[in-house]
Amino acid sequence: MLSPTMIVLALVVFYPLVAAMRESFYESGQRLDADGFVVEGEWFAGLANYAGVVQQRFLNAALNTTLFTVVTVALEVVLGVAMALVMRRAFRGRAFLRASILVPWAVPTAVAGLMWKWIFQADGVANALLGTEILWTADGPWAKLAVVVADVWKTSPFVGLLVLAGLQIIPAEVYEAARVDGATPRQTFWRVTLPLVKPALLVAVLFRLMDALRVFDLPYVMIGPRKQSVETLSGLIWDEATRVHYGPASAYGTALFLYIAVIAFVFVKLLGADLLSDVRARRKEAARDGA
Amino acid sequence: MARERVRARRFWGSAGMLGIALYCLVPFYWMVVSSFRRTADIHDKTPWPAPWSLESYGAVFAADMGFGRSLLNSFVVAGTTTLVTLAVGTLAAYALARLEFRGKNVVLALVIAVSMFPGALLIVPLLELFTTIGWINTYQAMIVPSMSFALPLTIWNLTTFFRQLPYDLEQAAMIDGCTPFAAFRRVMLPLAAPGVFTTAILAFIATWNEFIIAVTMVNDQARQPATVRIAQFTGAAQFDTPFGTQMAAGVLVTIPLVLLVLFFQRRIVAGLTAGALK
Repeated sequence: MLSPTMIVLALVVFYPLVAAMRESFYESGQRLDADGFVVEGEWFAGLANYAGVVQQRFLNAALNTTLFTVVTVALEVVLGVAMALVMRRAFRGRAFLRASILVPWAVPTAVAGLMWKWIFQADGVANALLGTEILWTADGPWAKLAVVVADVWKTSPFVGLLVLAGLQIIPAEVYEAARVDGATPRQTFWRVTLPLVKPALLVAVLFRLMDALRVFDLPYVMIGPRKQSVETLSGLIWDEATRVHYGPASAYGTALFLYIAVIAFVFVKLLGADLLSDVRARRKEAARDGA
Repeated sequence: MARERVRARRFWGSAGMLGIALYCLVPFYWMVVSSFRRTADIHDKTPWPAPWSLESYGAVFAADMGFGRSLLNSFVVAGTTTLVTLAVGTLAAYALARLEFRGKNVVLALVIAVSMFPGALLIVPLLELFTTIGWINTYQAMIVPSMSFALPLTIWNLTTFFRQLPYDLEQAAMIDGCTPFAAFRRVMLPLAAPGVFTTAILAFIATWNEFIIAVTMVNDQARQPATVRIAQFTGAAQFDTPFGTQMAAGVLVTIPLVLLVLFFQRRIVAGLTAGALK
């Protein structure tokens, strides 16, 4: 029953992964052979394709990606938790609130990009409200901020929903006990709510980290391709691939893959130890129930 | 004193709710408002259009825009991807939820890991492959790679749903003489229908919103899905971005999703959070 899945995954994930890694060590095109004839083909290039990894464009893209990831995920966690805390109390208007919070999530990223590009136009509504004359969507430091604002708008509600689900499984007795012990609301939040909602929060952060590290469409649509201030690693890889520079594109892709894998590994190791053991415990439980 | 505090809490709770709703809806509202302005007063900052106009919507469906066609493309690609991933993913999820076999945890871990792959890495070899076999500008060039994210999402969600169903039901069916497969088809599948439906919505929305694969594999305007087409709308002059038209098109692309959200919000929230907590 698993074989169709395995075939599909092999075709669309493992084949590309292996092919990209192989490609990253090869060079293709034309060169002169020993007799001086032009031959076309593919030959082993060693680490030549990886040379770009230490060059300015790649490092700039890596820095942009990292900065974007750290800033957006941090803001989304703060806003998401705040939203979840408000929504937990909501009774009247709950359905309306839930529907409106799903709107940013449902808007296609490309459309969200256009929408924010319009809002951030030089003579757009953002400048009118702020009383500024900033060129948000031109290549420059303000473009970074514009992209961050758009991403935070689009994904904080998602973080909020995941955290809310985590909040809702905290039993009411815990809060009662905290109140009986005379805890202030602040103490209750830091000592009771946050530790208990941590597993759900960590999953949300992991999802967001993985997503932010491969961001492509928002900067592409809002600011444009090949813009130094907002070019991400995915943007760089896409640009090289569409210009038929498969070797460097594969090398950068492999580098991005390793970067994401390392971040995920470190994250799970450092913060998610209890998360994994929790999954394992649940699995054991499920196995026992099933037997 | 106590009553005052309760009242203050209620006030801040409502203010918070209102704040969240405004935060989520105001930027979207601005897109809707802008789409109903005339091109001449597209830069107005009034909170509603004066006068209302369908000019931008007319422009979206002008023949040379190819927007209607791109909507159709989006439906074909997202619909097909959803159906195929459901067919493949339901079987896998059932096996993962019910059967005991060696390497099961490895498969589950693999499925999660796959969903975190950067799309940018996958498109490089696939672009090369599709160029060789002549798949550029075809539907399958978008459908097949889209399964790389739709399938893990489907399996992960459905495994959670199948696990929640009581095991006794299938055992009863099997005692009554059903084969395991018949038990799955006749007993489990109808029971899991809500879960399958929710997963279908999530997979459909994810594929509908996909961008990097489509923008790489398809450059023929007649085959582009709506998300890519809108981003490439050009105005009369080369550097003149037709914002009114883009906003109108953006609203039209989002409408199917907002309708899904309005009708199935409870299920969507359950589906989104299921993978994270179970």
